Amino acid sequence: MIPDTILFILLALVALLSALGMLLSKNTVYSALYLILNFATIAVLYLILGASFIALAQITVYAGAIMVLFLFVIMLLGTERLPEAEALPWQRPLAVSSAVLLAVLAVYVIFIRPETFPGVTPLTPGFGSPYEIGTLLFNKYLLPFEIISVLLLVAMIGVIVLTRRRDRKNQG
Amino acid sequence: MVPIEYYLGLSFILFLIGALGVLIRRNAIIIFMSVELMLNAANLVFIAFARSYQSMDGQVIVFFVMGVAAAEVAIGLALIVAIFRTKHSIDVDQMHSLGG
Repeated sequence: MIPDTILFILLALVALLSALGMLLSKNTVYSALYLILNFATIAVLYLILGASFIALAQITVYAGAIMVLFLFVIMLLGTERLPEAEALPWQRPLAVSSAVLLAVLAVYVIFIRPETFPGVTPLTPGFGSPYEIGTLLFNKYLLPFEIISVLLLVAMIGVIVLTRRRDRKNQG
Repeated sequence: MVPIEYYLGLSFILFLIGALGVLIRRNAIIIFMSVELMLNAANLVFIAFARSYQSMDGQVIVFFVMGVAAAEVAIGLALIVAIFRTKHSIDVDQMHSLGG
């Protein structure tokens, strides 16, 4: 139990500090790198929770594709050199007070609730393996699976349409 | 394994940091990254409960959330690039052309 707790506390600290680093950094590229660190830490937490396929999917999709896309756009726009404007004066106190309210609610729900969560049981072997996910994806969740592929196709078409230059119609 | 409440607490704090990022920062790309952080916090809750109840459904849902997040990031970044081409700024306080 003790090594598990120490490992969890270390990973939680890294995740929280990298999230705060993403939030507070003035340089956009540093924020993206902090977020990549956060995603990698969450992937390790997934591994601890027995989700081996999802952990590697997280690294491949989130850290490997989505954050690379972010970095492409950040470099393309040159935003790391743009200064950030000042926020509206009432925004920060309102945000912080809402956060405190949400924190109180969460502490109540997580720690003071009357029921208890199920205890930790040993995992069946093969839990979290691609075989198990594949079995569910192609039997019970077949329709969402097909819809996701259509969604990705639509997103691809949308991106191409949105970033198309309209020079031909505006000139001449 | 640590009790499941620890994972819920960690996920909540990550969600809170993401929500603060959306509310406080003015840079559109940072806001986007904060939204991704919130999605990851929700994914962590799904995986934690999948482990707790020994059900694979939570992990399949996380799979779908990742797919939707990827599609959303692609379109959102395309929008930001398109806006930047005309306004030469990604400050969300200046993007009020549709407002009154």
